Amino acid sequence: MSALQRLFKFHGGVKPAYNKEASTRLPIAVAPMPASLVIPLHQSIGGMPRPLVAAGEKVLKGQRIGGADGNVSSAIHASTSGTVVAVEMRLMPHTSGLSALCVVIEPDGRDEWIARQAFEFRSASPGQTRDFLRDAGVVGLGGAVFPSHLKLNAGKHGKLDTLVLNGAECEPFITCDDVLMRERAEAIVNGAVIMREILSAERVLIGIEDNKPEAIAAMDVAAAEANCKAGDAAIEVVSVPTRYPAGGAKQLIRVLTGIEVPHGERSTDYGVQCFNVGTAYAIYEAIALGQPLISRIVTVAGNVAQARNYEVLFGTSMKDLMALCAPLPDSDRIVMGGPMMGLLMPGDSVPVVKATNCILVGSQALFPPPPPEMPCIRCGDCAKVCPADLQPFEMYWFSRAKIFGKAQEYNLFDCIECGCCAYVCPSRIPLVDYYRFAKSEIWAREVEKEAADVARERYEFRLLREEREKQEKAAKLAAKTAAGREKAAAALAEAVKPAATPEEDAKKALIAAAMERAKAQKQEVHPENTADLTPEQQAEVAAIEARRAEIREMAKPHLRQDD
Amino acid sequence: MLNNSPYFLKPASVQSVMLRVLLALLPGIAAYVWFFGAAILVQIALASVTALAAEAVMLHLRGKPVMMFLGDGSALVTAWLIALTFPPIAPWWLTVVGVLAAIVVAKHLYGGLGQNPFNPAMVAFALMIVAYPSLMSQWPGVGFSDLAPQLNAIFGPRQLDAITMATPLDALRTALHTPEARATVAGVLGSDASFGNIGGKGWEWVAAGYFLGGVYLLQQRIITWHMPVAFLATLLVISGGFSLYDATRFAGPSFQLFTGGAMLAAFFIVTDPVSGCTTPRGKLIFAAGIALLTWVIRTFGAYPDGIAFAVLLLNIAAPLIDMYTQPPVFGHKNKPAARP
Ligand code: SF4
Ligand code: SF4
Repeated sequence: MSALQRLFKFHGGVKPAYNKEASTRLPIAVAPMPASLVIPLHQSIGGMPRPLVAAGEKVLKGQRIGGADGNVSSAIHASTSGTVVAVEMRLMPHTSGLSALCVVIEPDGRDEWIARQAFEFRSASPGQTRDFLRDAGVVGLGGAVFPSHLKLNAGKHGKLDTLVLNGAECEPFITCDDVLMRERAEAIVNGAVIMREILSAERVLIGIEDNKPEAIAAMDVAAAEANCKAGDAAIEVVSVPTRYPAGGAKQLIRVLTGIEVPHGERSTDYGVQCFNVGTAYAIYEAIALGQPLISRIVTVAGNVAQARNYEVLFGTSMKDLMALCAPLPDSDRIVMGGPMMGLLMPGDSVPVVKATNCILVGSQALFPPPPPEMPCIRCGDCAKVCPADLQPFEMYWFSRAKIFGKAQEYNLFDCIECGCCAYVCPSRIPLVDYYRFAKSEIWAREVEKEAADVARERYEFRLLREEREKQEKAAKLAAKTAAGREKAAAALAEAVKPAATPEEDAKKALIAAAMERAKAQKQEVHPENTADLTPEQQAEVAAIEARRAEIREMAKPHLRQDD
Repeated sequence: MLNNSPYFLKPASVQSVMLRVLLALLPGIAAYVWFFGAAILVQIALASVTALAAEAVMLHLRGKPVMMFLGDGSALVTAWLIALTFPPIAPWWLTVVGVLAAIVVAKHLYGGLGQNPFNPAMVAFALMIVAYPSLMSQWPGVGFSDLAPQLNAIFGPRQLDAITMATPLDALRTALHTPEARATVAGVLGSDASFGNIGGKGWEWVAAGYFLGGVYLLQQRIITWHMPVAFLATLLVISGGFSLYDATRFAGPSFQLFTGGAMLAAFFIVTDPVSGCTTPRGKLIFAAGIALLTWVIRTFGAYPDGIAFAVLLLNIAAPLIDMYTQPPVFGHKNKPAARP
């Protein structure tokens, strides 16, 4: 760790009670094998993987049971060997209380691995490496579960200045990264070395909040070793001031490099990319050991007799895991994540998934219900602590009044829902709830509008198709009556002539569109061509845009005729 | 099911904010009592009781939970500020009517806590000084701090001549800027020993007390530095400039800063969050604007002090100022150009 590293400040932030000691007293324990594993197929941002197994099939540990759906998706694996007893809808670990498709596995107790093989990423193309990581199911383990292969992309410059590893772990109660860094620093740093090579990054900065001296010490040693081996000083462990949300990717990038990546832009365009330390560990395991992502470290803390970190197989029910820590009798809720941003769970039967960094057991005593909401007194405390430099009370005002356009003008979508504003508000206004509400309303409206647009385009396209079919019928009839095959061939040849009639234009457009589509599909199989792939939403938007462009393209000649 | 993170909150409340504001007023009040007698305490009590009663009635009429809102302390802050800006020997009904105007009209008719576009205490002051200019201008001189005649002035038949005097600010304004004026600043201030040297004898200590309270509010992060600094600095620069230009006709900065309600305004009135600006730059403009208008009204206007009018005028402009001073959000400041 270098004392010379210059740090930057981010605006705002708060210092809540950290409550991290209880779960760091004991080392990581391996959670016992549960009687059954319920593995949701959809565990990352992006497309939902297709099930690759059916009830009754035998699976091995690490066997792929869900295949990535396109490039913006990530595979799912069996966490142990056993028998698939069902592929069915089960309750998901999400506040909405919705169910989704899960593979239910009954472990056979042998815990038998598939054949594992290290991946020679040095001799592979970047695209192959990304495919490998996608199929190994590696996603961001800081909680956002963004497919990592999409981020292992140096962007339009082909190389990066800085690879940032996020070990800040700023949320209270959560210590899974802390203990991982203490106990498995070397593997994390090895992961960083691999990522650095893939990204051609100049240097690696590992940011850790200064309330984790043990983790910093362990990572320092590992980084020094790696630097020694490589003969340079590219990897540096940086202790950053403890202040929530220093572990937000954008905040950490800002603290370490001074760069502010604006909302909706790619950090790679600014020469930076940020990964969680847990993700670095998963990448190491996948590439160096050939092990897909089937487990993670989970902190169990809060209203329990013995808080601790466990290495947990995905699909283990939260109930089984919590039982190891003896929740106290007055426990009344389970939160996945920390107290600032965590999600309330719909019950204890839900499984541990890739996004589960912490299971926080709550009680009325630990998290008392807030006193009644008072009117906003415009004290500005919320603005003082907002790490996105927003004016939360203005957004609140307009969200509450349902003047969503105005809320957006005040940059509602720059809000990272960190909860700092609600945390300090003396009027106890659940500000973040209002933002979530406003965002979902705006999304819903946009989807509606989109649907209306698509419907209109569909209608236009149908008109076009009917017209075309009529003409084709006429052409066929003409071909039959006039003469045999040669004439038809001549007609076909005619169709390719430059002086095309509108309907032939349409045909050509169709062909072009089909080729476009084929090309797009090819791109999905060969991710090298998607070098500039943006975050997931943008990718989805692009796909939708492409589809709509196709339809528009097809409809164009027809429309022109109408004019 | 609702997701309502964050699940734990900082132990802060409107009540604790308001209580600390009241606490911060205490040093100023102590100096006030020391120099001008206990009448001010009577006024504060009168204003507080009126404010709480009016607040309770209004909350009840508006169908709000009375006890919850009554406990927030905001009515008390308004009441204390009214008592501290009114003459301590004002007749009791003047204070009561002022408080009623603030709580009933300026606060609740506009929607209650957090909704009032105008500073309630300043609404009360402005209304009363327009309606009863002479009553609002009768201030006790130092040395007339016996409680009995003061109580008499507040509650009984008024025989004021024995205990009142023009405030130095008022004396200066009438003497210097009325057409027939021949006087000079030094002449007016020197004419009466009780005017003191800085901002009127005794008042400079009260102002010092407010300043102390203001520092406490800053330290508690209840207010930010922007408004007090902008307000005081503007007053300082503008009065300093004019007194350099003609010291005989314009009072100097130390006088302007330590007289009347300047300190009280800087830390307790201008900083009212509900009716003021909220963005950092907006706060600077807002407070500087108030200081500028205050000086103009003090110097050329028809009323003894201009702070109330200045505050109300800037209250009108506050939303607009806020709109044009939105700070840039994360990533849009000194945006590093994306590499070519
Ligand atoms: S912290 Fe709460 S009361 Fe203060 S301005 Fe923000 S929303 Fe309003
Ligand atoms: S939740 Fe949003 S508005 Fe509130 S502090 Fe965080 S980023 Fe700012």
